Amino acid sequence: MSVPLTLLGLLDRESSHGYDLKRDYDAFFGRGRPLSFGQVYATLGRLARDGMAMVGAEPGAGPDRKRYTITDAGRAEVEAWLAEPLPAEPHLQTDLFVKVVLSIMLGLPAGKYLDVQRATHLARMRELTDLKQTGGIVDAMLADFGLFHLEADLRWIDLTYERLSILTDEVMS
Amino acid sequence: MTVVNQTSSVFRDTAILRARELVLSFGETPALRGATIAVSRGEILAIMGPSGSGKSTLLHCLAGILVPASGEVYFEDERVDTMRDAERSRLRRDRFGFVFQFGQLVPELTAEENVALPLLLGGTRRDEALRTARAWFERLDLAGMERHRTGEMSGGQSQRVAIARGLVTNPDVLFADEPTGSLDSLNGELVMSLLTRAARDQGSAVVLVTHEPRVAAYADREVVVRDGKVANREGAAP
Repeated sequence: MSVPLTLLGLLDRESSHGYDLKRDYDAFFGRGRPLSFGQVYATLGRLARDGMAMVGAEPGAGPDRKRYTITDAGRAEVEAWLAEPLPAEPHLQTDLFVKVVLSIMLGLPAGKYLDVQRATHLARMRELTDLKQTGGIVDAMLADFGLFHLEADLRWIDLTYERLSILTDEVMS
Repeated sequence: MTVVNQTSSVFRDTAILRARELVLSFGETPALRGATIAVSRGEILAIMGPSGSGKSTLLHCLAGILVPASGEVYFEDERVDTMRDAERSRLRRDRFGFVFQFGQLVPELTAEENVALPLLLGGTRRDEALRTARAWFERLDLAGMERHRTGEMSGGQSQRVAIARGLVTNPDVLFADEPTGSLDSLNGELVMSLLTRAARDQGSAVVLVTHEPRVAAYADREVVVRDGKVANREGAAP
């Protein structure tokens, strides 16, 4: 996730202090990985330097006295980013795929690896399901996003398991 | 099996239901080829596996609906697979509950009569059975549907009525075979959420057959059935 663009997007709602932006970021997008104040102010500084935001000083001292406002260029940047689809990355070209094929090449039990990976995926899905049942709608929607992706991986894991003998013939031929 | 021997002392104490080396064929087609499994008291266990792997057959053997050709099934200390038909029927009625993919409600009865049915079959007086049944409607987000018939309810509502019917006798084990199989995502989630919450509230174990990972994620644990056997190493025992 792009932290600068996300902060800029939050700033697109209304002029804000760094503290408020951090609070909203953590509440909606942090999910256990809150931003540090240092990261927030450094990012806001860069956005101001690049002409994406303006800084208005208020009486007093310290970083919290700075109020940030998005510029037209900043707004255009956010809107372009939001309109652009993410690359539909073939997630299969990841460690999961590499591990299965390498296991076969090395004569290691690929099925056993898939079983362990399957259990790990389902354990995470259980955690997300718990979160969904105990949290609010924002938690539930984020959990669902993770759940659907993990489910896609799991379907691939199961299908690969069923195809292991064919895959082995192919890889070893 | 080595795995079972290593863990049997653990699950003898906690398992409410266990099966060992179950074998069963339908004609020439083998369905179970040595399946071993144990379910703890109050545990929600998902049985997963590809189509035709034997997962529903395993559920039917555990529930005393089917009798394996060989192997053993125990509910608490009672041997289920050698019971007479009448004893198995009584066990199913008194100690087990059932939810299937399509609610299988009786269309001639109202929703509350459907829920009360297992109590009535067990000899509970009609007014008492209906009173107990009605208490389930609010719990399953069905308040106001008591007098509806199946044709007047959505798929999700019917399935929640089926859950109430499955749990109304306070069973030791609820068997659920693809309980969300005919529902869309949102209704499926509501059904699973209510089913697992209600089962946990009253301490019923749940044996849940599903091929959907997101449904299995409501369980405490999952096992995978492949080629008629419980595949994962930890599958045999909790």
